[in-house]
Amino acid sequence: MTSRKKAFSGGVKETAPILLGVVPYALISGIAMAGTGVSPLTAFSMSLVAFAGTAQLVVIELFAQQASIAVILFTALIVNLRYFMYSASLAPHFCGLSLRWRTSLAYLLTDQSYAISVSAYDNGMTKFKHWFYLGSAIAMWATWQAGAAVGIFLSAGIPQSWSLDFAIPLTFLALLISMLKDRPAIIAAVSAGVLALLGHSLPYNLGLISAAIGGLVIGSLADRGNRHAAG
Amino acid sequence: MQLDSTILWIVMLGIGGGTFLIRFSFICLFGKKQMPEVLMRSLRLVPAAIFSALIVPSFALTQQATFSVGNYRMWAGIIAVGIAWKTRNVILTIVAGMAVLWFCTLVL
Repeated sequence: MTSRKKAFSGGVKETAPILLGVVPYALISGIAMAGTGVSPLTAFSMSLVAFAGTAQLVVIELFAQQASIAVILFTALIVNLRYFMYSASLAPHFCGLSLRWRTSLAYLLTDQSYAISVSAYDNGMTKFKHWFYLGSAIAMWATWQAGAAVGIFLSAGIPQSWSLDFAIPLTFLALLISMLKDRPAIIAAVSAGVLALLGHSLPYNLGLISAAIGGLVIGSLADRGNRHAAG
Repeated sequence: MQLDSTILWIVMLGIGGGTFLIRFSFICLFGKKQMPEVLMRSLRLVPAAIFSALIVPSFALTQQATFSVGNYRMWAGIIAVGIAWKTRNVILTIVAGMAVLWFCTLVL
């Protein structure tokens, strides 16, 4: 039991530093949800059901632009397609877990918990991996829902001029750099970044998906090149 | 903006359900099997590619989606990259990036 607890609290501890960066994002999502005019309780329930901050913000923006429901749902799911890749990447580590575990782990999936867990597994963690992930994911979930609740129920403006929303990309940036441990990763990141810039004006976030796939392909080719050269 | 809460519910449930299925997909389907090595090596690169694709435009381009040398967020991002590379410390990176942005906005 001690090891499970250790793994769980390890997950929480590893995630703690970035929770600060998550709070503004959660607050903003809460404020945006409340801004739609639904009751605070409704907004909070929706936040619980969706648990997908980026998609929620994209959706609210599209509503303001009077996009059709089809476009809104489609865009939101495209934005969340990255979870497809996370899910695939995590699957080998969660082999043989019960359905209850896998359902919970799936619901709780976030960029940050994914990044932190995969990083820990890459650094050699072998036991109670799902407990580690659970610690990270619950820390994220609790922080997120609390931040969203505060945002929703307070809903008095945090001044736009504070630019707190900038903490979000900064958080991702910090996590991204920490992942660049070898040349294929750096190549994948740089290619994806360049492609994202080239494709940024494509509709429906196609630029994002194409850039990610392109970066993945180019990075994989560089990886194969490395390995063939090494014999 | 006043939204019909029914419509918003439909969308949010759609996102919740759809996203759950996506998140569940491989964890469910491949739960009992092993993935081929080639795929696993490529998947290792997934986060780097995705995060980069996700955030590079938000730093390099302005709100109007143009490139500008005077874009404070871009400079904050560049300095944040340097700090992240050297210190590997997440909080320091975030604080440094925000500090640069606030400095530029307030002082320049």
